[in-house]
Amino acid sequence: MLLIRCPYCEEERPELEFRNAGEAHIARSPNIAGESDDDFEKFFFIRSNPKGIIYERWRHMHGCARFFNAVRDTVSDRFLMTYKAGEPKPTKLPGAAK
Amino acid sequence: MAKAAAKKSAVAVPPAERRPALAGQELSATGVTLAVLPPAERISLRAPDASVAALSKALGVTLPRKPKTSAAKAGRTALWLGPDEWLVIDEVGKDPLADCAEVTALHSAVGISHRNVGISVTGPAAAATINSGCPQDLSLDVFPVGAASRTILGKVEIVLLRTASDAFRVECWRSFSDYVFTFLSEAARDAAA
Ligand SMILES: [Zn+2]
Repeated sequence: MLLIRCPYCEEERPELEFRNAGEAHIARSPNIAGESDDDFEKFFFIRSNPKGIIYERWRHMHGCARFFNAVRDTVSDRFLMTYKAGEPKPTKLPGAAK
Repeated sequence: MAKAAAKKSAVAVPPAERRPALAGQELSATGVTLAVLPPAERISLRAPDASVAALSKALGVTLPRKPKTSAAKAGRTALWLGPDEWLVIDEVGKDPLADCAEVTALHSAVGISHRNVGISVTGPAAAATINSGCPQDLSLDVFPVGAASRTILGKVEIVLLRTASDAFRVECWRSFSDYVFTFLSEAARDAAA
């Protein structure tokens, strides 16, 4: 079983307590009704789906119930780090393969 | 007129009748005993940092701020569930909802006394019994006496509190209580074998 560090519980917890909540750092336009169809499509449907490092939202559903962000490698499924919701996208990743 | 009617009905509401689920059920296996606990008063409490001191004072128990911890005083236990969320259980019949009602600081207190059923799991095989459906590390180093956490047991969500080195309180929603008690009963027989 994967162990995922919850930044609010401050420890690693079993993956069964968590739920993935899609890609992180996708900003919703403050004027969503004014978006062009193309821009709305990009915001709403298009995801980066990288092979490698991805920034995701996760929720500690059956724990503290908080949403947070995680950096994960989609090749190895390894979690590189997690951080609280609202914190900036980390620029330096611990032990990330180049 | 609407206001007057609302006031009148608020006074007239009788206390809700208790219909406990699984009342009095027990199971003993080698090394572990299960028992459905008597009804208790419970609230789900949400509050920002600034309100915690006032609520702690009103409740008579200091709301814990550290993850996976609890605090108990005079039959009342406050369990940390999240950074702004607690489960308060009162086992001596004093309603914590009434105490919170006197607090003017911002908070949300919801009475959930009848929503939950408490089950005690005691004995040297208690941790092994719970671990058959709960993936958390329940060793005393990581989950010491007083530790509390929302987690899962089998297919349902529970709140787990360690009341002694060989004793736990499992809180689950009453509609899940039949599943939880049956699951723990099977697990107790396995742990004993
Ligand atoms: Zn958490």
